[in-house]
Amino acid sequence: MSKFKRPSGRKMDEPRKIEAEVGVIARADGSARFKIGDTEALAAVYGPRELHPRFLQDPKKGILRCNYNMLPYAGDGSRVRPGPSRRSKEISMVTEKALTPVLDLSQFPNTVVDVFIELPQTNAGSRCAGICAAAMALADAGIIMKDMISSVAVGYVEGNLVVDLDGPEEHMGENESPDIPLAMIPSTEEITLLQMDGIVSKKQLLEALEFAKPVLKKISDVQKQAIKAKYELGERK
Amino acid sequence: MGKLLAKEREVVVPGQIISEGMDYLPSTGTYRLKEQVIVNRLGILNVDGKVLKVTPLSGRYLPKEGDTVIGKVEDILMSGWRMDINSPYSAVLPLREASFDFIKKGADLSKYFALDDYAVVKITSVTTQNLVDLSAKGQGLRRLRGGRVIKVDCNKVPRIIGKQGSMVKMINDATGCRITVGQNGVVWFMGEPQMESAAFKAIRLIEQEAHTQGLTDRVKALLDELTKDYKGGKDE
Repeated sequence: MSKFKRPSGRKMDEPRKIEAEVGVIARADGSARFKIGDTEALAAVYGPRELHPRFLQDPKKGILRCNYNMLPYAGDGSRVRPGPSRRSKEISMVTEKALTPVLDLSQFPNTVVDVFIELPQTNAGSRCAGICAAAMALADAGIIMKDMISSVAVGYVEGNLVVDLDGPEEHMGENESPDIPLAMIPSTEEITLLQMDGIVSKKQLLEALEFAKPVLKKISDVQKQAIKAKYELGERK
Repeated sequence: MGKLLAKEREVVVPGQIISEGMDYLPSTGTYRLKEQVIVNRLGILNVDGKVLKVTPLSGRYLPKEGDTVIGKVEDILMSGWRMDINSPYSAVLPLREASFDFIKKGADLSKYFALDDYAVVKITSVTTQNLVDLSAKGQGLRRLRGGRVIKVDCNKVPRIIGKQGSMVKMINDATGCRITVGQNGVVWFMGEPQMESAAFKAIRLIEQEAHTQGLTDRVKALLDELTKDYKGGKDE
């Protein structure tokens, strides 16, 4: 086929190296760290707990509240103004929508589950890393969820379909590479996050989705294994 | 023929497929998706014949009628007390359930339970919206004075208590501490300072290793180690 080679030398369907662990934040009800390449996300879950202000309460079920935050020194260091921004608000919202479909908070009406996602270091794919970390942290917190959520981006770098774009790849080509962050429920293959930056045809988009599915399933195995590892440590003692 | 894809007493995680085929039945902590049974919360798998059940390893306390819990007085109301029961929901201890004494209208309620007091109470009712009512009338229900209060994961409470209270009894025998364990994961214990600290360490050990086997022996070893230089207090 084409002679295209990725700058990092990875195969087309090869994500960056993944590190995952849970229970990294001692006082949280659940927590996780998910690192993919240079992008690292920490997630802490608190709750279910009482929700204030009260008008936000839902008497039918508990709600999920996510907060995505990139630390000022993350990325290339250009995000020097700390705190919320238009971008972080958007990502918090899509994270919430990506995770909600698997959660069952009907036992906890009027409450909130808070998820805080912090990114000490990023190099593209931060919302996906954040979602992966948040899903693991929610499981660690003992929230009822019908499946894990796994997330990764796919995109076209100089016309070639690749998975998990890193920083340099995102900026290749004349018009930058179209990149599509995805999140999926592995058991049903339902997509819970679908965003796109760039222009691709409908055919290309559908191809990209199919291309990402096996990768997402592999990531979900890594996530599940990481949660189990927390309890295996105790057994070895 | 159905196939079991996980072992009994294995740690299972949400999304894990634990059986294929229609021979196994989902129970708490699991659900069926077509031919598969899938786990929906982190816990330990129990296989009871054909029934697959997950005993949770984490999660907040959900109030249940009949549970004995340890609460902390959060607020004093017109005719009762609002208590924090280490759960997403607070609970109300109404005046008539607080004491066998007659409490006169307009009496100073802080004489019975003051703010920040801890008390052993029983959950008398829970509504669908998780509004909780308490009672302090009954055997073993009382205001707690002195001692220490710690919070543990409420899912580990059965382990801390042990079979027919064996684990609590063991700590009690070794340290001489009086111990009360609330179903909500609040533990109160009182004894001599050094023994309290030994009991504290033992409880934390149980909490951390609740999912493992042979825990009783390890707790016993820890207690022997911690109490070996200090035999004075309890036998006198």
